[in-house]
Order: sequence, then structure tokens, then C-alpha cells
Amino acid sequence: MVRVLLNVPKRVKRGEEFDVKLLISHPMESGQRRDDMGQPIPRDIINSFVCTYNDDEVLRADLFPAIAANPFLSFAVTAQESGTLTMTFTDDHGVVQTETVSVTVE
Amino acid sequence: MMRRRFLLLTSAGLIVPLAPTRSARATPAQVAALIAELVGDATLHDARVKLDLPVMVENGNSVGMTVSVDAPVGDVRSIDVFAEGNPLPHVLRVRFGPRAGAPRFATRIRLATSQTVIAVAKLADGSCWRDSVDLLVTLAACID
Repeated sequence: MVRVLLNVPKRVKRGEEFDVKLLISHPMESGQRRDDMGQPIPRDIINSFVCTYNDDEVLRADLFPAIAANPFLSFAVTAQESGTLTMTFTDDHGVVQTETVSVTVE
Repeated sequence: MMRRRFLLLTSAGLIVPLAPTRSARATPAQVAALIAELVGDATLHDARVKLDLPVMVENGNSVGMTVSVDAPVGDVRSIDVFAEGNPLPHVLRVRFGPRAGAPRFATRIRLATSQTVIAVAKLADGSCWRDSVDLLVTLAACID
């Protein structure tokens, strides 16, 4: 489990886009670096990110080693009804982590 | 004489660690090939995509980037970003679903050197659009 900071408005207007921001605490080791002994440091990045709203997809992103450490992601969502925003990401070890936040449409 | 020999030895010693073990950077040709594979038979137009990156980058370890497309979000199939001077040029691929509010994505990227960054958007009608930014990196992202 890694720490995730989420910024999602609690209340949004129907059909109007709102911004979702998240900051994931992750080293995003690129696999290009070497340690003090000259040994390559194995790659360890979050390689895929999927966001859904009430099980409908918002977007999916393939991330590569060029994404900076502690990845910050921001995008826009629209909602017609209240529901749950689910964000799932997978790292190179196959560890899947899911964050959810409820959104009220008014 | 001793000093000269010493200088010769140290300079010889210096050259060895600098010799590259493998190419640490992609080339514009490699990126062009990746984009050609993505675009296929469609022609690539320089419009509609907006790649927002600073022209002067102080720290290549973390560079704020926003890419957006001037089209309804339902029409945008994918956005890809490539960095020509990075060891691994592919930076990002985003695909939008029915709940997306706008064809826009922001993140922070690594840049290994001063280079050109290219964003390519593929629309549902098969057309492809691009934008590029030439930028100057003062402190490069650590790649070794």
C-alpha cells in the first residue's frame, strides 16, 4: 500500500466537468539508474492507471518510466448522478491498489 | 617526465568510465518510427492538440505537463506523449472513456536532456493531430 492524496470536489453540478487530482507516493524507479556498486537498480513503476465512475470508465493511462517520482495525475470527469469515483493503479510487482471517493451531484 | 606520465595515465583512466556502455538516449528517428506505427496510414496534422510544457526547465526530474485536445472528449481515442531525448522515449498513453469530462490530462514527467517533446492525438474518425515543444533543460533527470 502506498499513500495517495486525493483532491475531488464533494459536491458537483450535474453534467458539469470537475477536476480530479491525485498524488501517489511512489519512487517510480526508472530502471535506468545504477547503485553505488554499479549494479542496475531494477525498474519499479506504476505502469497502469484506471479511473471509473459508477463502473463506467473515465480514462485509462499507460505510464512509462518517464513519469516523475511521486506521480501527480489530473483529469476531468463529468457526472449525471451521484456515485463513486474509483481509481485503480498497478505497479511492476503486480500489486493493485484501489482508492474510492463518493461524489454528490446536485 | 614523471608529471607527464602521470597526466597521461590519469587522462587514460578518465576516458574509460566515460565510454558509453549503450546508447542512453532515444533518437528523433526512433521516435518518428514509433509515431509512424501509431498513426499508420493517416496524415499527421499540426493542430488541435495543445502540449503545455515550460520552454525553460530548471529541473528535469519533475516537469509539469498538460496535454489537451480541441475536440469533444467522445471523439478522442488516445493521446500519446514522446520525449525524443529520453532513454525510453514513450512517456504516456491515455485513453478516454464515456465519463471523461474533457480530453485533457496533466502529470509531471522526467526529461533527460534538452529536447523536443511530441504529443499525438488519435481521433475516432482516424485523423491524427500533433503538437511539439522544444525545451531547454538546465538540470537533467538522473538516468545513471
